[in-house]
Amino acid sequence: MRKFSYDFERPLVELEEQLEQLKHLESAEKADIAEEIAYLEKQIEKLHIRTYENLTPWQRVQIARHPDRPRTSDYIEAIFTDFIELHGDRAFRDDQSIIGGFARLDGRKVMIIGHQKGRNTKENIARNFGMPHPEGYRKALRLMKLADKFRLPLITFVDTQGAYPGIEAEERGQAVAIAQDLLELSVLEVPVIVAVIGEGGSGGALAIGFGDRIIMLENAYYSVITPEGCASILWDGEGEGRGAEKAAEVLGLHADKLLELGIIDVIVKEPLGGAHHGPASVARGLKKELAKALKDLSSIDPNELVKKRYTRLRNIGYYTEYSGKPSVLDMQS
Amino acid sequence: MPIGEWFKKQDKRLPENPTLEKRAVPDGVWEKCPGCGEPIFIKELEKNSKVCPKCDFHFPLSAYERVHYLVDASSFDELWANLCPEDPLCFVAGKSYTDSISAAKAKTGMNDALVCGRAQIDGRNVAVAAMDFRFIGGSMGSVVGEKIARITELATDEDRPLIIVSSSGGARMQEGMISLMQMAKTSAAIAHHSRRGLPYISVLAHPTSGGVTASFATLADIIIAEPNAFIGFTGPRVIEQTIKQKLPKNFQTAEFNLDHGMIDMIVNRVDMKRTISRLLDYLDVNGVVG
Ligand SMILES: [Zn+2]
Repeated sequence: MRKFSYDFERPLVELEEQLEQLKHLESAEKADIAEEIAYLEKQIEKLHIRTYENLTPWQRVQIARHPDRPRTSDYIEAIFTDFIELHGDRAFRDDQSIIGGFARLDGRKVMIIGHQKGRNTKENIARNFGMPHPEGYRKALRLMKLADKFRLPLITFVDTQGAYPGIEAEERGQAVAIAQDLLELSVLEVPVIVAVIGEGGSGGALAIGFGDRIIMLENAYYSVITPEGCASILWDGEGEGRGAEKAAEVLGLHADKLLELGIIDVIVKEPLGGAHHGPASVARGLKKELAKALKDLSSIDPNELVKKRYTRLRNIGYYTEYSGKPSVLDMQS
Repeated sequence: MPIGEWFKKQDKRLPENPTLEKRAVPDGVWEKCPGCGEPIFIKELEKNSKVCPKCDFHFPLSAYERVHYLVDASSFDELWANLCPEDPLCFVAGKSYTDSISAAKAKTGMNDALVCGRAQIDGRNVAVAAMDFRFIGGSMGSVVGEKIARITELATDEDRPLIIVSSSGGARMQEGMISLMQMAKTSAAIAHHSRRGLPYISVLAHPTSGGVTASFATLADIIIAEPNAFIGFTGPRVIEQTIKQKLPKNFQTAEFNLDHGMIDMIVNRVDMKRTISRLLDYLDVNGVVG
């Protein structure tokens, strides 16, 4: 039985529960209901497809946040070998909402940095629900510099609702910690490969969320602001309910839209219902893309890599440039 | 970022409406200071960089006024004023983005929230940019990001010090991820300017927050704030909702940021140009002083 389900999954969950009861009945009472069970199984299969084949943006955001969704550590485990975790920012503390360290991908040495959410309440409290403080971003900065120094390609995993909004976070410079990551990422002389695996929430995601190749899981989202945050600005007080649903529609935060806009490069398919319905297959798909990116980027000269990364960023933007005289007069003239 | 928030709820330091248009004051000769409530002779106010001579309240400035008070008279040569925003997501949520743009253009006479160009400070060549909070909360979308990148590249190519005055609610929500990526784009441009050994001074004016604080605005060699300016990453309302407790007094002010080591100094606007000029004397390795 499912521990956790969203409203839109409820009818499916109810059928699944009925099936379980029937199966129980069959084994306990030796009832002859094989036909009924087969029928119900077929119904469930159909409803499963109907529930998940045309997900709305908001439903996908929910799937991206599903408590059973594979975390960074799951992908490290499934994709890499010989992971050695490194800790701390050398200034304040070890922020466990960002993890990182050395690992090998098909034998090839790399550096990994990723947001890390917890599996249960206890772990989530230790990991602050994957929402880093400045020291998390400073740990990331340290690992970026290590990667650069020892010529290790950097692979990042993005999965955060955002940088933590708190008093201490502001006191310790949340903004500048993120900014310094952005600056460092832009000049790293090693390949930078990004995998958006769950939530890509705003600046707190971007801090480790751009590079030479951006891979995104099908149901992950990447957004300038959370749908709730957007809704509370647009429709005051409606942040929790329908507002977030509407905001998810207008923000253009999904993989297919972001591919169309040229923000990301490639999408990795998920099984119907989300990555937690088949973590192994998602890890396989992701590994294939990571390996491909690593192969493609490894032959590029370091200076060229930095230049290309800059050109890529420079090309992101939609504006019109009119020729002729400025429309605004200089007040000093 | 809830744009109106800075000027409504939390803040009694600034007027409800952050525009510079003369408010309902008799004859437009006097202006009532929101800081001390005293009527100030507008001519006097303008002579004093729009700082109240009685209580030091810093009136909000347009981007052009910022530049005006910062650089040598008639030295400013504006660039790329004709960059206009588009609506890549066809963003409609209640109000449409295109309507917001039109309204902001009408209100400010500008095409977006940033003005930039070549200028001189005490005869020294610089590249300067200033943000305008009146234009959709000074938010950074494609145009602001592009102009920051261009002016920074120009400074890099022409060996100019860079001076940017920020005043912004952060990334422009209505352009979605394209806005967020401007944070990376501007930071990258600053990185290349810095690698050339060129100086960058960032001035944080009220209010500077979100994606602007978390990108180019805090990547400077020297960071200066105006007195009392709001400076932070997350807005106070969101923090309050998250931690469910009252925020300390003075939280996220310029003074708070100075105490916590996030900025180098707080400088009264009246002394801003002189201070920047003195700093550039130290920073400008190939400096040519006219
Ligand atoms: Zn006053």
